[in-house]
Amino acid sequence: MAEMELIKETGDVELLSFRISEQEYSLDIMSVREIRSWTKATPLPHSPSYVRGVINLRGTVLPIIDLSARLGLEKSEQSERDVIIVVHMFDQTVGLLVDAVIDILAVPHNEMQQPPEIGTDTGPAFVNALTLVEGRMIRLLDLASIMPRTEGKAA
Amino acid sequence: MTSTDPMAEIRASFFIECEELLESLQDGLEALGSGDSDPETINIVFRAVHSIKGGAGAFGLDQLVEFAHSYETVLDGVRSGETEITPDLMRLLFQSGDILSDLVRLSRDDEPIEKSLTEATYAALKEVAGSSDEEEPEADIDFQPMGLAFDFADLAEEKNAFIITFKPEAELFTSGNEPLHLFRTLAELGNITVTCDASALPIIEDMDIAQGYLSWTLRLETDAEKTAVQEVFEFVEGLCDLKIEDDIDLPALPDLAPLEPVAETVSEAIVPLSATAPSAPAEAKTAAAPKPTVRVDLERVDRLVNLVGELVINQAMLSQSISDTGIPGSSEIATGLEEFMRLTRDIQDSVMMIRAQPIKSLFQRMSRIVRESSAAIGKDVKFVTEGENTEIDKTVIERLSDPLTHMIRNAVDHGLESNADRVAAGKPEQGIVKLSAIHRSGRVIIEISDDGAGINRPKVQQIAIEKGLIAKDTQLSDAETDNLLFAAGFSTATEVSNLSGRGVGMDVVRSAIQSLGGRISIASTPGSGTTFTISLPLTLAVMDGMVINVADQAMVVPLNSIAETLALTQNDIEQLGPNKHLVRNRDTFVPLLDLGVELGYRHALPSYEGAVVLLISQEDGSRAALVVDTIQDQRQVVIKGLEESYGRVPGVAAATILGDGQIALILDPTDIISNASLGAAPDDAPFAIAG
Repeated sequence: MAEMELIKETGDVELLSFRISEQEYSLDIMSVREIRSWTKATPLPHSPSYVRGVINLRGTVLPIIDLSARLGLEKSEQSERDVIIVVHMFDQTVGLLVDAVIDILAVPHNEMQQPPEIGTDTGPAFVNALTLVEGRMIRLLDLASIMPRTEGKAA
Repeated sequence: MTSTDPMAEIRASFFIECEELLESLQDGLEALGSGDSDPETINIVFRAVHSIKGGAGAFGLDQLVEFAHSYETVLDGVRSGETEITPDLMRLLFQSGDILSDLVRLSRDDEPIEKSLTEATYAALKEVAGSSDEEEPEADIDFQPMGLAFDFADLAEEKNAFIITFKPEAELFTSGNEPLHLFRTLAELGNITVTCDASALPIIEDMDIAQGYLSWTLRLETDAEKTAVQEVFEFVEGLCDLKIEDDIDLPALPDLAPLEPVAETVSEAIVPLSATAPSAPAEAKTAAAPKPTVRVDLERVDRLVNLVGELVINQAMLSQSISDTGIPGSSEIATGLEEFMRLTRDIQDSVMMIRAQPIKSLFQRMSRIVRESSAAIGKDVKFVTEGENTEIDKTVIERLSDPLTHMIRNAVDHGLESNADRVAAGKPEQGIVKLSAIHRSGRVIIEISDDGAGINRPKVQQIAIEKGLIAKDTQLSDAETDNLLFAAGFSTATEVSNLSGRGVGMDVVRSAIQSLGGRISIASTPGSGTTFTISLPLTLAVMDGMVINVADQAMVVPLNSIAETLALTQNDIEQLGPNKHLVRNRDTFVPLLDLGVELGYRHALPSYEGAVVLLISQEDGSRAALVVDTIQDQRQVVIKGLEESYGRVPGVAAATILGDGQIALILDPTDIISNASLGAAPDDAPFAIAG
């Protein structure tokens, strides 16, 4: 929670933005550990379709989540240029598979907007906030709802 | 990101220290209980309690201090010989030790301490302390007066004088001690003169700031006894050269000139000593000190284990690429690589050894369980341990605690007969529960045995029939009957006693042991007792496995679960119903499971003729033939947890990293077999990868 206080003090949120299926998403940079190039994952049996499997991250087992599948977007063509963003949150480390990393942005805290509610959407809200940077809409991902914990147990 | 609170760290290390102290306390008590009246043993016990009290005082843990203090007072009585060691006293001392460890635990977890926990024992301690009318010789630093009867009368008139020579070593300073504080404490005891000897001080260029060069000579006039003076230095023992001598020549005469001349002569006498051999005493000390140890964060060890795992993988990759280039085996590169391989293996073994710990702490906990459970049901039980220095992986020790506790309780509660029954059977009244550990062929064997009546087999069968575990007319061998104890939902206690019947049966014990990669077996002789034998792997970090391929995925099957491997011929396969197959193996039928289908990797093969199967045989008697695509080889693999990073995956026990750097899953055949028997509809299952 110290991180949140820090944000309020400085007024800026630092975001890492990346592309998934032609949409620009972002994550609080504090939760990002490293960025890696794509390596072949070992698939896990009986896992949800968005879990690509596990890779070897310097001797530890890292689960890989295909973000486009997780967000219900069209599955992007698997390419060598895909990138894995390693994030750590709630004592869990996972790799998020994205199409490409774009930029690091500093967004003033008060420029973050609540995403508008559309109809009676009951699906999980993966997006926490929206903001505009140079005319592009950036979506801030809610990591907690992406983590596979509950699904992993249920599968 | 995590801010570290230095105070919290010190507190944490205090509690770690407490655990070691409690361990030596237990050791000492056990030695005392078995008739060892060596003053050093009593001293060890006393010092352990004293150190806990001192630390607790610094952290303001008043209840702990209070209890430790009365405990210490009684122990001091024992030390001075005023309190006699009787069986009753021993019981009290043990009980107090248990409560002390409870208090330490509660204080550590910041949990409230119920008064009722300490009350009775505290009163008993005070009674003993009061009756011995013991004087407290030590210099108390920070705590409440206890209302004990102290008798200073015979000491008031005497003036003692001591010459103390004190030369700290570098470790004294690194462990956070400070001579000034010691001197201040001494000054509280009486008149003190301090002379500093700076002759060992080198010129400033040669000075190493981490070294201590100063030594001191102190003259102390005091009412206190020598022991009180020694106690001031208790916490720096072994960290300094210390001599405390009676100053006989100089009775404290009031008209004597200032004390400087005295101090000078003494310091002169001391100088040559430190001048002739400036560093020798330090070396001699370290040789005599107990085996030095370092306390290391487990996380760091695990990181090292991971790195070594990486090293092993890297080395395998290197070997692979060098043999691919066609360099002859006799070349320097090849021999150098061989040496590298050997070194890697040595490093791996040594790193695994770091995680190993003597099983002693676990055995000590069990000795408490025996004391408490035997007292609760009024049986006289002797607890014997053997091989408590046997080393085993730390995680295994932690996870053994619950199953062992349960088994020890069972041994006391059900295994041993009541005292009266024992006498009637012509046995000694005191029952024996024995716990032993030994290394045998790469595994650790732990045995829990009692000299009770043995398993009442007719009763076991009757209960099993009542609970519907076996059919009424089943004919069982003795071993089969004994194994019924492990069946789920079985408990022999006709009435739920205070001890057993906590909702855990031997089936839970067995699955706990199995989850550690262990096996448990039972042997019983009517009239002379029951023995449970647990066999465990030395470490959870490596395992022998068979590397196989299924649907282009490399996987590992634990070698100890594979009975044999077969290539199927048409004659071996029998069909049962629309899509079940059986394998005929030596005139028995084993269900055929297609691993690719069970894992959801591909559809069933059209024909299993010529397929390679692993014949799996489990200790619980379940058998299955797993169809795999190919068998690669057999090797030792480093186990990586999957549950922490992802969660439980059905049919998968863990993961490992193969020579190409890829992760391979380690399968759990038991889980695969039991999931398969649930009868999922294989054709509708989603596939992680397309066949």
